[in-house]
Amino acid sequence: MTTTQQPIPGTTIFDGEQAIKGYALNKMCMSFNDAANRAEFLRDEDAYCARFGLNAEQRAAVSRRNVLDLIAAGGNIYYLAKFAGIFGLDVQDIGAQQTGVSKEEFKARLLAEADGE
Amino acid sequence: MARVIGCVTTSHVPAIGRAIEKGLQQEPYWKPFFDGFKPVHRWLDQARPDVAVVFYNDHGLNFFLDKLPTFAIGAAPQYASADEGWNIPTVAPFTGDPDLSWHIINSVVAADFDITTCQEMVVDHAVCNPMALLWPGGKPWPVKIVPVEINTVQFPLPSAARCYQLGEAIGRAIARYPGDLRVLVMGTGGLSHQLDGERAGFINKEFDREFMASLTADPAWATKYSTVELVEKTGSQGVELILWLAARAALAGGAREVAASYHIPISNTAAGMMLLEPVV
Repeated sequence: MTTTQQPIPGTTIFDGEQAIKGYALNKMCMSFNDAANRAEFLRDEDAYCARFGLNAEQRAAVSRRNVLDLIAAGGNIYYLAKFAGIFGLDVQDIGAQQTGVSKEEFKARLLAEADGE
Repeated sequence: MARVIGCVTTSHVPAIGRAIEKGLQQEPYWKPFFDGFKPVHRWLDQARPDVAVVFYNDHGLNFFLDKLPTFAIGAAPQYASADEGWNIPTVAPFTGDPDLSWHIINSVVAADFDITTCQEMVVDHAVCNPMALLWPGGKPWPVKIVPVEINTVQFPLPSAARCYQLGEAIGRAIARYPGDLRVLVMGTGGLSHQLDGERAGFINKEFDREFMASLTADPAWATKYSTVELVEKTGSQGVELILWLAARAALAGGAREVAASYHIPISNTAAGMMLLEPVV
């Protein structure tokens, strides 16, 4: 039993099941702590993904640069952030992409949370 | 004997490091957040800690999923920062205090905490940003550090109650340390925020406020929640408040609030800061 059962809407609990599913993807993203690896990924994305043994779902999600798909494929946001960083994307870009709004709209939503602070 | 002279808890949002690098502290977006630390700077000038015991969570710099400890304590002579892969500036390395580290390690293992020890350890923004907030200006760090790392990456996370107990045990260990040290405890992360999923951008102001108030009035209050419940109430990364709980627990007994700030948003985060002193 690897799953922590208790669904929270719009949220994936990164538990043992996800950790198994996403291991190759997360390991590749972890490698992006090294600038030489980031450059190597950009130079030959196919070869780099193959070296880490990404499955078809993970490879497709990487191609699409789609964070929700990457999470569904077992990605953990802490490692995925390193992948996003290669393209100069910050956590607000990622937030906007996952919630289907523009970055400006996403930032405005966060500012709205401050009302009555 | 050593004693804990205070506890600082603060958010550690990566963007803080970039704002410091670019000198944006007085820009309208950042000013409320950075100004919140002015009373902390005045307090530190008087309190003059020798060592900071820093409760934090690694975000994929020192640890990966191949070997992921639940609790890890640094026992290194030095802790460097390093490339985290997404454009966060590095800072000058921190000097460790291996003697104090091993005293804490020996004490907490004797108290039945099964921890991982690290004689080599790199520290990420969750250590570097809070340190730079407390001691700005790029001068040599005036304190040694003992990092205490708690897993918030992969479930199951240690429970809030267990983190609180670890903090208490470390507080007891510090109080028994024979050196005449003034120790600051720090807890970094939080408050409510969520980076991942369709719920990205989630913030819970009411819960954050209640949690901050609890740290003086009823410090174990949040330990009644499971970590999954804390994710529900505070967001996937808001669960980092377990680092605040551990730090607060290391400040044994009653506490008085010296300074506090709360500001929405910094990046995707409700940024909180508290400075507590022991009530003697």
